[in-house]
Amino acid sequence: MLIFIGMGLYNEKDISIKGFEAVKNADVVYVEFYTHKGAWSLERLNDFFGREVKELKREDLEERAEEIIGEARDKNVIILSGGDAMVSTTHVDLRIRAKRMGVETKVIHASSIISAIPGLTGLQNYRFGKSATVVYPYFINGRKILPETPYNVVLENLRNDAHTMLFLDIREKCMTIGEAVEILLEIDRKRDKILSGKLAIGVARAGSEDALVIADVIEKLKNYDFGDPPHTLVIPASLHVIEEEYIKEVIGASLR
Amino acid sequence: MVEKVKTLMYKPERIRNIGIVAHIDHGKTTLSDNLLAGAGMISEELAGKQLFLDFYELEQIRGITINAANVSMVHEFEGEEYLINLIDTPGHVDFGGDVTRAMRAVDGAIVVVDAVEGVMPQTETVLRQALRENVKPVLFINKIDRMINELKVDKEEMQKRLAKVIASVNNLIRSMNKEKYEAGWRVDPTNGSVAFGSALYNWAISVPWMQKSGIGFNEVYNYCQKNNMKELAKLCPLHKVVLNMVVKHLPNPIEAQRDRLKVIWKGDFESDVAKSMMSCDPEGPVAFMITDIDVDPHAGEVATGRLFSGTLRRGMELYILGTNKVNRVQQVGVYMGPERIEVEEIPAGNIAAVVGLRDAIVGTTATTEPEMTPFEEIRHTSEPVVTIAVEAENTKDLPRLIEVLRQISKEDPTVKVEINEETGEHLISGMGELHLEIITHKIRVDKGIPITTSPPIVVYRETVMGQAGPVEGKSPNRHNRFYITVEPLENKVVELIRSGEISMKTPEGERRRILEEAGMDKEEARNVVDLYEGNAFLNMTKGIQHLQEAMELILEGFHEAVRGGPLAREPVIGMKVKLVDVKLHEDAVHRGPAQVIPAVRSAIFAAMLSDKPTILEPLQKLFITVPQQYLGAVTREIQSRRGQILEMEQEGEMITVKALAPVAEMFGFAGDIRSATEGRALWATEHGGFAPVPQNMQDEVVLKIRERKGLKLEIPKASDYMSL
Ligand SMILES: Nc1nc2c(ncn2[C@@H]2O[C@H](COP(=O)(O)OP(=O)(O)O)[C@@H](O)[C@H]2O)c(=O)[nH]1
Repeated sequence: MLIFIGMGLYNEKDISIKGFEAVKNADVVYVEFYTHKGAWSLERLNDFFGREVKELKREDLEERAEEIIGEARDKNVIILSGGDAMVSTTHVDLRIRAKRMGVETKVIHASSIISAIPGLTGLQNYRFGKSATVVYPYFINGRKILPETPYNVVLENLRNDAHTMLFLDIREKCMTIGEAVEILLEIDRKRDKILSGKLAIGVARAGSEDALVIADVIEKLKNYDFGDPPHTLVIPASLHVIEEEYIKEVIGASLR
Repeated sequence: MVEKVKTLMYKPERIRNIGIVAHIDHGKTTLSDNLLAGAGMISEELAGKQLFLDFYELEQIRGITINAANVSMVHEFEGEEYLINLIDTPGHVDFGGDVTRAMRAVDGAIVVVDAVEGVMPQTETVLRQALRENVKPVLFINKIDRMINELKVDKEEMQKRLAKVIASVNNLIRSMNKEKYEAGWRVDPTNGSVAFGSALYNWAISVPWMQKSGIGFNEVYNYCQKNNMKELAKLCPLHKVVLNMVVKHLPNPIEAQRDRLKVIWKGDFESDVAKSMMSCDPEGPVAFMITDIDVDPHAGEVATGRLFSGTLRRGMELYILGTNKVNRVQQVGVYMGPERIEVEEIPAGNIAAVVGLRDAIVGTTATTEPEMTPFEEIRHTSEPVVTIAVEAENTKDLPRLIEVLRQISKEDPTVKVEINEETGEHLISGMGELHLEIITHKIRVDKGIPITTSPPIVVYRETVMGQAGPVEGKSPNRHNRFYITVEPLENKVVELIRSGEISMKTPEGERRRILEEAGMDKEEARNVVDLYEGNAFLNMTKGIQHLQEAMELILEGFHEAVRGGPLAREPVIGMKVKLVDVKLHEDAVHRGPAQVIPAVRSAIFAAMLSDKPTILEPLQKLFITVPQQYLGAVTREIQSRRGQILEMEQEGEMITVKALAPVAEMFGFAGDIRSATEGRALWATEHGGFAPVPQNMQDEVVLKIRERKGLKLEIPKASDYMSL
């Protein structure tokens, strides 16, 4: 059986007990770090679980998928991911392929940024629209290409009076809130010019002891040091009275 | 002299920007040298050595830095002084690209034809390049002395033969550019747009000169017979006669720019910069087209080009179009004789040399107007067909070699350089064996880097003969799917793309019309989203969300497939790729370059391999002239090389054979034909297009290339590129 297990929000201790036990009893345990960034590392996981955990890079999981699924034919094979295993990953394809190959699969869930964000920002989960990832520009033959999808998603959500949750790109480095704001404003200057002066909320290290939440005018978010990853950015639509009270009184933003 | 140049450059009506073009050995170098010497720009003694435009040796003799490509001289005509800027054009058609880019900078050309050989294939090629750029020709018939002293033709026969040369040049002009021919570009001895002479012995005559000096064909004939060349050179000095013709018949920059702009620039003719270029206005915005880049050991990179508008000054900031970069002009210079002299400023209409344009390459436009439409890309009539590997002999030269190779590819866009810093084995591709020999010579002798080179390797092409698809290409994460078909692209369209007559820069309406005229379906012509290296990409889908954002990456996948096809990673040509459907992931992070590019590339590969993938080999056209008794030997040489004889033409004792042979079989031809004909063969080559490798050889050729490139030793199949 191929078992997808979410490791939860921040470090190895965020995994569920069910997940923990499955790892202990599995034949083979893989982990991928490319879809979510947290405080985990291969060493910490080996220590914590007291067994060998092998890392899969994106290329491994994409190019050797058949091999890995095949391995799960008569062994219990686990793939660990940060957050909840099927959220903001492309692993659903692996389940389809496993099904086609006649290999059973299962998911063991864990906490996810999707549910942590309403908790940390006071924004109602009912009021979120589509989410998106702010990506770094690509360079193709020296030409810069900057995808505008995240910006389009924000616009569309604002039109529907819905909040937007923005995940930040992970490449060689993790994008910071400051960089994400810079990218969105760069697109905004070329496009509809509506973001400048708007309220935005930066969330760093959700799920950790030193989680940081700051609400301010979007440009000003660039001035804060949010520290270690992961970072998430939220662009709220209009605020409900309760949302506004929470942001003012609990997060401590001075809203005009 | 410096002062004269500095004054004249402000008087565009007194400037002529010209080039000299000729079939190899017809006397271009000799003519250039003796014109310069005659105009007092170099010593006659030096010119006698005929090395002037041959830069390496001369550099050593004089110990100064000169530019091989550009020289200027001052000439007096009817009491007025003129500044004549002469741009050298390479003497071998292996350098088709070089000739064309020199043409961009000039407004007129002296076409040199050997009186004995007459119009030759390369005469035709260079003339076509000139006319295509609206560059006006005048004719210089050279080596008249040989006709008299070697061929010993009589006076009457001489006149007849010369008339024949003039007629064939005019036939070419008429067939290549009827409009201009009728508008007075016919060359005509009676008005002085044809001159006759001997570049080697430094004399020339023309009808206007005859009228003035009383020296005509009769007199010339007699002087030659008596071998009294010195006297003749005094009576009719080469430089006076030829430069008079240049001043009188070739246009000045104001006239020329008005006439040429529409063929070399496709921007908005209502814009300021257009108006300024049309009037050659030194007060307007700067529009500078770079036609040559050279390295000067003191100043660094020197970009030479034609200033069509505005005034170049030191310290000025120029946009290098197409790069998003701004470069500061550190020095501006003009040529005085062969030397570059620094000046404060250079006004429109001149050939300028600029230091500081670090991001420019040959063909780019530098301007003060960031929004300006760049000049039309310079068209290259040939493309690389032969590659060699080069390696530095000494490890200490490794970094220098890389630097020199980068430089070479900047200077000559017809050369392709692939640098491999890991293995130190770099690849240079060029248009023929000789082209590469000259480049390696330059690295060894000019740059002083000892290198080892591999034997030359033929560059093949890949294409499709059948129609295949739709094939589904999946991204590695499988959340993105591309449905693609491939088929042969209409031949005419391939030609139009390769000759540069149509590109994505052509305004859309016009592009569609040209494509339709070339045989493309109307619906397809509307959906063309890319034209690349003789291939086309069509987007046949409608209304797919996020497609716009993914398109650049899709096209990059297409480009990768074109740069190296599925059979042997050789460049692909003549293929039409259609995108018929697409499924994309919602989030940009899951449809980045690592997902989209390989998916599209594999889909194209799988489709190509599904129906008649084909390897094409480059061919060379051969023109071999030999005395009749060697005809058998020539035919044997051609046939033993899988060659095909196209035509034979007899003239007197000589016979000219036109043939077509694969480049792969042509290595070492020079030596073989020499011994087969005891050195009596005159021959030339030209690019002859591509043709499928004979069916029974295809697998062998594919495997040989794959082995060389370290690819899997198997003929690839479509299923290799299709995932489940
Ligand atoms: N007899 C004679 N030989 C000439 C004349 N002009 C050039 N040549 C010779 O023709 C050969 C080729 O000349 P060159 O200027 O190098 O030709 P290019 O290849 O067109 O540059 C050289 O050996 C010259 O000396 C001429 O007017 N008369």
